[in-house]
Amino acid sequence: MAQVYFEDVSEGQEIPKLVQNCDSQRLVLWAAGSGDYYQIHYDKGFAQNTGLPDRITHGALKHALLGRLLDEWAGDGGQVRRVACSYRGMDMIDKDVVCRGVITGKRQENGSNVVDLEVWTEDPDGKKTTPGTAVVELPARS
Amino acid sequence: MTQQSATGGSVITDEMRARIGVESEPVAHEVDNTGCRQFARAVGYTDAIYFDEAAAKAKGHRAIVAPYGFLGHPVVVPGQPAGVPEAFRLDIPYKRVLNGGTDIEYMAEVCAGDRLTATTKLTDLTEREGKVGPMLIVNTETAFRNEKGETVAIQRGTAIRY
Repeated sequence: MAQVYFEDVSEGQEIPKLVQNCDSQRLVLWAAGSGDYYQIHYDKGFAQNTGLPDRITHGALKHALLGRLLDEWAGDGGQVRRVACSYRGMDMIDKDVVCRGVITGKRQENGSNVVDLEVWTEDPDGKKTTPGTAVVELPARS
Repeated sequence: MTQQSATGGSVITDEMRARIGVESEPVAHEVDNTGCRQFARAVGYTDAIYFDEAAAKAKGHRAIVAPYGFLGHPVVVPGQPAGVPEAFRLDIPYKRVLNGGTDIEYMAEVCAGDRLTATTKLTDLTEREGKVGPMLIVNTETAFRNEKGETVAIQRGTAIRY
């Protein structure tokens, strides 16, 4: 993808979304990658014994997916500085997690070009389950 | 679902309150090639800088890049004190836990080969009545420092115990 530059972005602009299906293989990959082996994410009986209808997608995986959404948007010349999100709604196993972001502002900070965004994940019905904010550095054309 | 605090009131003891703001002993976190690749694969990255050292160096990175959110794995040796900071081992009557939120701020890039040191402190304890019954919200802050002592990332976490 072509590099996005600081001059080219503006408040209110939406960045390209990222859609990822979180099936059991994905959740096991994440358990191993993150070191979070809590059974509610891969053991259906265990999840149901805690009162959940089924296994749920890890919150931290959704956080990392928001990081990837921004990393791929910012390209080689950009840098994801910060992603903060709250896990307000559960995403059940096998569902798509839709990662989205909208630019809320741009500023100069200590010589860097900084973009602020509202980011979130939503479920296939369009319900926001993981609202958050992010800070990304972009390169300038000049 | 019907857990109640031992006292019928607050589950936050004076001892727990006294721990707020106290920094834990440092825990070593190793950032290695395989860890970076495994994390990147789980998140679905295809950029070679997260998998291949030559590709990462060709783009100006020191080594394989640790993808956003990967700050290495804590080094835990059986029989030695666990790598879980005391901030996470609170003596409370709630057995269940949910992750309430994550916030990671980077000050510098993290790459494979980095040996980070993590220190964690409790920043806040609050109680709330939720849909699942009484809950204790545990806020923590973990600072990751490199071998030069520079802070490279700060992770703020929210755990919901119920």
